[in-house]
Amino acid sequence: MLEQQLINGLTLGVIYALIAVGYSMVYGVIELINFAHGEIYMFGAFFCATFITAFGLPFFPAMALAMICCACLGVLLDIFAYRPLRRAPRLAPLITAIGMSIFLQNLAMIVWGSRPKPFPQEALPAFFHETALTFSGVQLSWLQLFIFSLTIVLMIGLNLVITRTKTGTAMRALAQNQRAAALMGINVNRIISFTFMIGSSLGAVAGILVSVFYNTMYPTMGYNAGVKAFAAAVLGGIGSVPGAMLGGIVLGVAEALGAGYVSSLYRDGVAYAVLIAVILFRPTGLFGKAVRQKA
Amino acid sequence: MLKVENIRTFYGNIEALKGVSLEVNRGEIVTLIGANGAGKSTTLMSISGVTPPRTGSVVFEGRDITRMPTDRIVATGITQVPEGRLIFPGLTVRENLMMGAYLRNDKAGIAQDLEHIYGLFPILKERRAQHGGTLSGGEQQMLAIGRALMSRPKLLLLDEPSLGLAPIVVENIFGVITKINAEGVTVMLVEQNAQMALSIAHRAYVLETGHVTLSGDARELMNDPKVQSAYLGLD
Ligand SMILES: Nc1ncnc2c1ncn2[C@@H]1O[C@H](COP(=O)(O)OP(=O)(O)OP(=O)(O)O)[C@@H](O)[C@H]1O
Ligand SMILES: [Mg+2]
Repeated sequence: MLEQQLINGLTLGVIYALIAVGYSMVYGVIELINFAHGEIYMFGAFFCATFITAFGLPFFPAMALAMICCACLGVLLDIFAYRPLRRAPRLAPLITAIGMSIFLQNLAMIVWGSRPKPFPQEALPAFFHETALTFSGVQLSWLQLFIFSLTIVLMIGLNLVITRTKTGTAMRALAQNQRAAALMGINVNRIISFTFMIGSSLGAVAGILVSVFYNTMYPTMGYNAGVKAFAAAVLGGIGSVPGAMLGGIVLGVAEALGAGYVSSLYRDGVAYAVLIAVILFRPTGLFGKAVRQKA
Repeated sequence: MLKVENIRTFYGNIEALKGVSLEVNRGEIVTLIGANGAGKSTTLMSISGVTPPRTGSVVFEGRDITRMPTDRIVATGITQVPEGRLIFPGLTVRENLMMGAYLRNDKAGIAQDLEHIYGLFPILKERRAQHGGTLSGGEQQMLAIGRALMSRPKLLLLDEPSLGLAPIVVENIFGVITKINAEGVTVMLVEQNAQMALSIAHRAYVLETGHVTLSGDARELMNDPKVQSAYLGLD
């Protein structure tokens, strides 16, 4: 049924948006496509599940702790992998990002095994999979309602941080002119770390929500989600945070429509089609500015 | 106050500064004049730590700042208005100014300085909610100066504030430079407009291809035949 597909598409869309802002924010400040961002998302899910099964934490504290761990992981990734290459030609950090993505995937396989695992559902509130709302035949579970409300709260919070705080303004300033930002006394590396921190913790939330929603997680799950969120970020205009949010939602809905009208086999192809279409017809995306070419 | 000693700065293998020494005393306006490519901007960027010198030293108020990162140099009290202004185009005028106060936490003082800058450049107050990128060249220069002043610098480095501006705007900006100097801010002014620069400066240095070739009292340099023919367009 189409309406149901749309609701499910929207659920995935807001999650894509959550991952996409991580790509976009990092691109905004250092003009790097952080290919390892999908792995941060995957680590979020595994961290959360581990805190539940190994340490017996309840779901919400485990999620909060996983966010913190992924924030640290993102910052370490920047400090050790990308910071030494700040002045290098841009291909070098790009290849490093791909390398880090493979490294983190394999690290997860060593730690948690390569087979898909179910999410420890026993830690979740029991009513999560019950129906919360039914309207004209469309069902919305408590879990979906939770996903919507949490992502909306996080997006509003992120917007407030970026537009209203000094650190957020510094982040935008840095994205517009790094040299001028440094000349104003802004510690450029600290703001870049902050950007990785925020993007990675949001990515962790997305990983947790997806593994709860589908009740599965595996070390390569970051690849597919990463491609889709990247497509969403490009659709929105890479570097633009509101663009990434909108791009995620549009992509989620487009996937649902593609699966509903054409065939569910084409679901994953939609992201690639969107990516190609944007690159062909509107390379700056919905919200993007003309891309500066960095030497 | 500032003592630059024999600095040599490189871009890759290109030696842009071949041993530059100069001094700025508290309360002065010192100007650095020279032709295109002489190394004026590089001198300011070396002081600000953006292109740190390979050898030589930069000492500010007795502290060696030669190899300090840029943000810490700003914290010591040196703020630069870079060539080309480099305002933040997507930030509002007010946000641009607030970024100048990034290292400060004294709310009351910041609010007071903001009003002071709106007083110096009333157009910025009118445009405060507009994006920096929508301002005219002259307004952007005012914004860049205002932004730097928001850091309450002890030493203000200005790189070609007159570049590309109409004479009337240049008058206005130079008037403000004299005014902020009178209020106690020491100024180091880089200019190609030697006439204007020498008319407001106390002392001057002439830079040629990475070397200081002349220095002295601004008025004396204005009457120096070499300066007159090379930089003032007189014979
Ligand atoms: N990023 C760079 N890479 C390589 N060489 C550079 C770079 N920036 C400046 N140079 C060179 O260093 C020398 C000094 O340049 P600088 O910008 O300091 O000159 P300037 O006196 O400020 O000139 P202008 O009046 O045109 O601003 C020039 O020969 C210039 O070509
Ligand atoms: Mg210059």
